[in-house]
Amino acid sequence: MTGSATGTPAAAREHARSMAGLRVEAMPTIPASDAQDLPPGVEKDAVVWDETLAAGGYASRRLNRGTRLKLTDVHGDACVSMLAFNAEQPVERLNVADTLKVQWNAYLGAGKLILSDMGRVLFSILEDTALDHDALCGASNAVGYGDGQDFASRPNARERFLLALARYGLGRRDIHPCVNWFKGVRVAQDGETCLTVGPFPPGRHVTLRAELDIIVVLANCPHVLDRREYTVTPVRATAWRGPPTPEDDPIRTATPEGLRSFQNVEDYLRR
Amino acid sequence: MKTDALSGLKGRVIHDQIVLARAPWSHVVRAGETLRIIDVEGNQAVDFLIYSLEDDAERYSFQDTIAAQRNIYLRAGSILRSTEGRPMMTILDTAVAYHDTIGGACSCESNTLRYGHHTRAQHSCVDNFLMANAADGRTKRDMTPNINWFMNVPVEADGTLGIVDGISAAGLHVDLRAEMDVTVVVSNCPQINNPCNGFNPTPVRMIVAA
Repeated sequence: MTGSATGTPAAAREHARSMAGLRVEAMPTIPASDAQDLPPGVEKDAVVWDETLAAGGYASRRLNRGTRLKLTDVHGDACVSMLAFNAEQPVERLNVADTLKVQWNAYLGAGKLILSDMGRVLFSILEDTALDHDALCGASNAVGYGDGQDFASRPNARERFLLALARYGLGRRDIHPCVNWFKGVRVAQDGETCLTVGPFPPGRHVTLRAELDIIVVLANCPHVLDRREYTVTPVRATAWRGPPTPEDDPIRTATPEGLRSFQNVEDYLRR
Repeated sequence: MKTDALSGLKGRVIHDQIVLARAPWSHVVRAGETLRIIDVEGNQAVDFLIYSLEDDAERYSFQDTIAAQRNIYLRAGSILRSTEGRPMMTILDTAVAYHDTIGGACSCESNTLRYGHHTRAQHSCVDNFLMANAADGRTKRDMTPNINWFMNVPVEADGTLGIVDGISAAGLHVDLRAEMDVTVVVSNCPQINNPCNGFNPTPVRMIVAA
């Protein structure tokens, strides 16, 4: 077609290549060592992943043992649903019930552990400035969002999980109960679940330490109990290399139950 | 067996079975049928999973159930929901104030964290679930946190929770109406390290009425 910018293969190639260098808010930093605004003490060369997930966006990533993962609620209205698997044998995965029961508490925060269904710790929570999280209510789904389809403008977390897991050959049977970061649920005396949606200040963050090689899956969609008009803002994921947890680590030794979850990891890695 | 075990149960009894202490059990319950579970000797935790008979990738979801009713406790009227948010079963009636669905199942692995490595060889609910599911071709991927009938897990104001002394008693029951064709999978909990079974696992009775 004469005059069109994409009428011939050469013109289409030129058109495609002219997009290079475009910057948007929700995109990965490539190479990750170009990431800006790193936490104090983190060397650029140690950064292994830096990506901002869109409102409604998702990601999955393999993290080696010792890696730190910082999730930042950039604008103050993110809600990040998270799944986690042992990367070596993904049939081992996050178990929310064991995570709560073993730690004798329903709430997550700094110093708490994320446990697998095999009696091992997957993540330690090193730092938490958000304080509002939820392990009870799970991922949003199409029931909560009428047009909450991946192809529409209001995706839900469950469908985002499906797309993320498919990249690893995993599917519906592998979507286990999740943890929701940045939106808080508290339990009232009669058992009622009470959601806190903010408004929150920008920049709240949670930093996790991978205690095994892990596949982490993130979906940034409104909380399942959030009855406001569909609203969610981008979240930034930044990960950097770090040493495996030493024997005298204060989180490792904080409780007898937690200590045994680290000992079970160390036992698993004896080879 | 008490003669009033059928009291208030509507329809014709099509199945009536004792599940031995520590044993697994599974059964198909068709839409509209009612499953009555009787805590025969009192304070016996019954770990319970539900799978859609048509497509067992759809299964019970404790988080969908809690989110939809905005409450962590299961009581008369609670709707037990699937991973797709659909009603699987409804609690028609129960003589116990509330039941648990955040405590999950005991496993050989989690027992090592909760009580010590000396418990590693003890029988567990996850072993029962794996065994019962295997008969239908389901595997560890199909495991998910379950319901614990007759188990008491209070959550305090600061989030502190734990499995404490039960609030059930001998002969109390829960009635569940199937809202779709389902396979229910049960572990009659063998745990002996906490009060969920009064430190003494006992039989339970399963009655299905149509």
